[in-house]
Amino acid sequence: MFADRTRRARAGVLATLVSALALSACSTTGGSPEAASASSKSDSPKFAATPAGDPVFASTYKPFPNVATAIRGATVFDGKGGRIENGVVFMSGGKIVAVGGPDTPIPADIAVFDGAGKFVTPGIIDIHSHLGDYPSPGVDAHSDGNEATAPTTPEVWAEHSVWPQDPGFARALANGGVTALQILPGSANLMGGRSVTLKNVPSRTVQGMKFPGAPHGLKMACGENPKRVYGGRGRMPSTRMGNFAVNRETWLAAIDYANDPKAKRDLAKETLVGVLKGEILIQNHCYRADEMALVLDMAKEMGYKVTAFHHAVEAYKIGDLLRENDVCSAIWADWYGFKMESYDGILENAAFLQREGACVVIHSDDQNDIQRLNQEAAKAQAAGKRVGIDIPDATVIGWLTYNAAKAMGIADVTGSLETGKMADVVLWNGDPLSVYSRPEKVWIDGALMFDAMNPKTRPVSDFELGQPGEGDVK
Amino acid sequence: MKRLLTLAASALALSTPALAQDVTITNARVVVGDGGEPIANGTVVVRGGSVVYAGPASGAPAGGAAIDARGAWVTPGLSATVTSLGLADVSAVDESNDITADGTPFSAALDAATAINPTSQHILVHKAAGITRAATAMRPAGSIFAGQGAIIDLAGNANPVMQARAFQMINLGEGGAAQAGGSRAAAHALLRASLREAQALVGKTGIPETTEVGKADAVLLSRFDAEALVPVVTGRQKLYVEADRMADIRAVLALKAEYPRLDLVLVGATEGWLVASEIAAARVPVIANGLNDLPETFEQLGATQSNAGRMARAGVKVAINAATMQDPRRLQQVAGNLVALTKMPGATGMTWGEAFAAISSVPADISGMGGKAGVLKAGALGDVVIWTDDPLEVGSVPARVFIAGREQDLTNHQTRLRDRYLDLDESDRPKAYDW
Repeated sequence: MFADRTRRARAGVLATLVSALALSACSTTGGSPEAASASSKSDSPKFAATPAGDPVFASTYKPFPNVATAIRGATVFDGKGGRIENGVVFMSGGKIVAVGGPDTPIPADIAVFDGAGKFVTPGIIDIHSHLGDYPSPGVDAHSDGNEATAPTTPEVWAEHSVWPQDPGFARALANGGVTALQILPGSANLMGGRSVTLKNVPSRTVQGMKFPGAPHGLKMACGENPKRVYGGRGRMPSTRMGNFAVNRETWLAAIDYANDPKAKRDLAKETLVGVLKGEILIQNHCYRADEMALVLDMAKEMGYKVTAFHHAVEAYKIGDLLRENDVCSAIWADWYGFKMESYDGILENAAFLQREGACVVIHSDDQNDIQRLNQEAAKAQAAGKRVGIDIPDATVIGWLTYNAAKAMGIADVTGSLETGKMADVVLWNGDPLSVYSRPEKVWIDGALMFDAMNPKTRPVSDFELGQPGEGDVK
Repeated sequence: MKRLLTLAASALALSTPALAQDVTITNARVVVGDGGEPIANGTVVVRGGSVVYAGPASGAPAGGAAIDARGAWVTPGLSATVTSLGLADVSAVDESNDITADGTPFSAALDAATAINPTSQHILVHKAAGITRAATAMRPAGSIFAGQGAIIDLAGNANPVMQARAFQMINLGEGGAAQAGGSRAAAHALLRASLREAQALVGKTGIPETTEVGKADAVLLSRFDAEALVPVVTGRQKLYVEADRMADIRAVLALKAEYPRLDLVLVGATEGWLVASEIAAARVPVIANGLNDLPETFEQLGATQSNAGRMARAGVKVAINAATMQDPRRLQQVAGNLVALTKMPGATGMTWGEAFAAISSVPADISGMGGKAGVLKAGALGDVVIWTDDPLEVGSVPARVFIAGREQDLTNHQTRLRDRYLDLDESDRPKAYDW
């Protein structure tokens, strides 16, 4: 718990997936298309690394075998605000084939589940997780989530720290219905490194989990953490103004680098240039409203876009500004008061943002809360209702599906139940916005990866074998 | 401005604490809190600050100002254990944090009751979440002893402490091992040495004369700490022991053979389900981690959400530990999740009534408030909550809260921010003028 406030100080940087550069997700944000690449060499030297920008550490994920499946008679939330009673979801070949009412045609010879009294949603997506980088058991030898040795470390990639055997992945799948998640570096640094987006499938390697085509992110952090961690060591930054000064100097250096075709390769600056080009998405840990407003101006000054503010507990104070700048707020429902910059956290944060038409994402930052993102969303919804802001259930489901996918640059392939998208689907045994409901079945790319009715479909990590509770329901 | 919007939770709240009222709540779905299921069309009668009746309307005595609950859920106030409520404003702001004291030579002698701030925002926020009583304690810093915890009410009045020095708390797992010098064996040696020093002080008065136990320049047991353990070793003060690993739990239970008068309570007990029958046989109650299901440490390898339910099935008295969730106001959510487990094949959960009792009457009973708090029965304190919805459902909050018969003001920093930001209209003046 308290991933952000404990000794496990976590900074976040979105990591750019290697394959991202080739895919459409990379084109979803603005930037400086004319910025020069520093990667190419005209000569043909005897020794050469793969050129910057070409795929490295590439995804090896392949969908697991699927059978054509339909769910009939369930309440369907499509993730984009749609709700279908007595609906049909039909998936085949790993893709969503059809979503509709009771008359939606289903082939005769496929598996059909009776969804009466049950609910279907897109797979749940957590935009802010540290699973694998701060795995269980949380011993020092596993503390790989934050390269907190310099105020800016955009050169590090979260995927190089992910331990695929973290039992937390399977908990998030079975109890939370999580099918995709973004692993972020911690928040001790102003620029913590690249994030990685994963398919929530068990794998021997992180490459086997990497979400094909998902862009990297760059985790940045405002406020208390960077100034505390580095100021405490007698170095810059020790203040919020120091935070901004170091950030701006770093961006200016990156712009010079991008404009210098002869520059020697620099992994840190390559990440920043990726941001300037719009290929890497900014995921910015920032609690206070006034600091978010300053960050938005810094982004304008330097020519990049902020995709999402994370832990944005004061976002409700500037919902209008966030809407105008097309920035998502990734937030908890009820965390407050554990550090000074969280003092003004209120339950109505999400509802007030929704009222302004701003983008809401519910995130976890926690190996336990990731198992109950649906409940967090329900709390936030109820708080709005009490002050007269009625947000439909179908919209609320979007906070942890489509909106999360959008802010991670993968909304063109997942996050909603639409024909042609990945068949990332959860069948809930009741209303997912009730505390009494649980995932009953979870499909990833059409493959049934968890079934509560079949104990052998519960993933058990290498770490758990031969230990107390192996294969338990957890 | 929308400040006149009718808010279910605040429209009826009073601006100052009211006097104890004689209140009759009718047309309620009454939850007694003792493990039973709700009573439809029930009535709750509070007089002179205490419950005089809770049950079917037909049996209720007449009289008292009536509140029509219109079918709403009416329950006893929740009991939160173990918490740090009242001991910090912002835990990461050291100046405001009295939860740990790593610079003091004292440990067992520390008395949380001396540090409680009854108007802490955390107390006000948690009162608005339906928690009316809490066990609050420090965390161990320089020794295995966390010090003596207090039972408090959340009314925000001048005297929040119901019972000071209600329990001593120690850690006999990884945490205690670290505090004692690096091994569980060191923690157990320190505990036994401490109890022997305390035993030697039984019946003596004046300045305690025992041997200080220390390491390097740190004090592990001062003579005043030994004195503070006299009520523990004589069984007059409960000893809460944090332990998670199966072997650690067994080591705690074994203490009873050496010190038969110890009044033990297990806290955490992540692997308790593996030794549930032994815990039940020892008649040691458990304040259990509710939803922990990850091997976050090597002492929690067997973690499962079914732990509480399995221990309860084995006959263990189980309360939900408020310390292992983001904030104690999530008690209701954790309890609701235990009910959800009853629908999962292979899992063990709790019935609705059992789950509610695990956050009301059971923790109150473990805290020494049995029959007085966490329950709506004649003679109990008049702590009553009227809810907007099923109190174990996420998003349900109190509409009205009574503590010892006094209706509570549910305003706090969060509700004031909420009211200010109901809109972002600053066309006339900045938000600072909107209050």
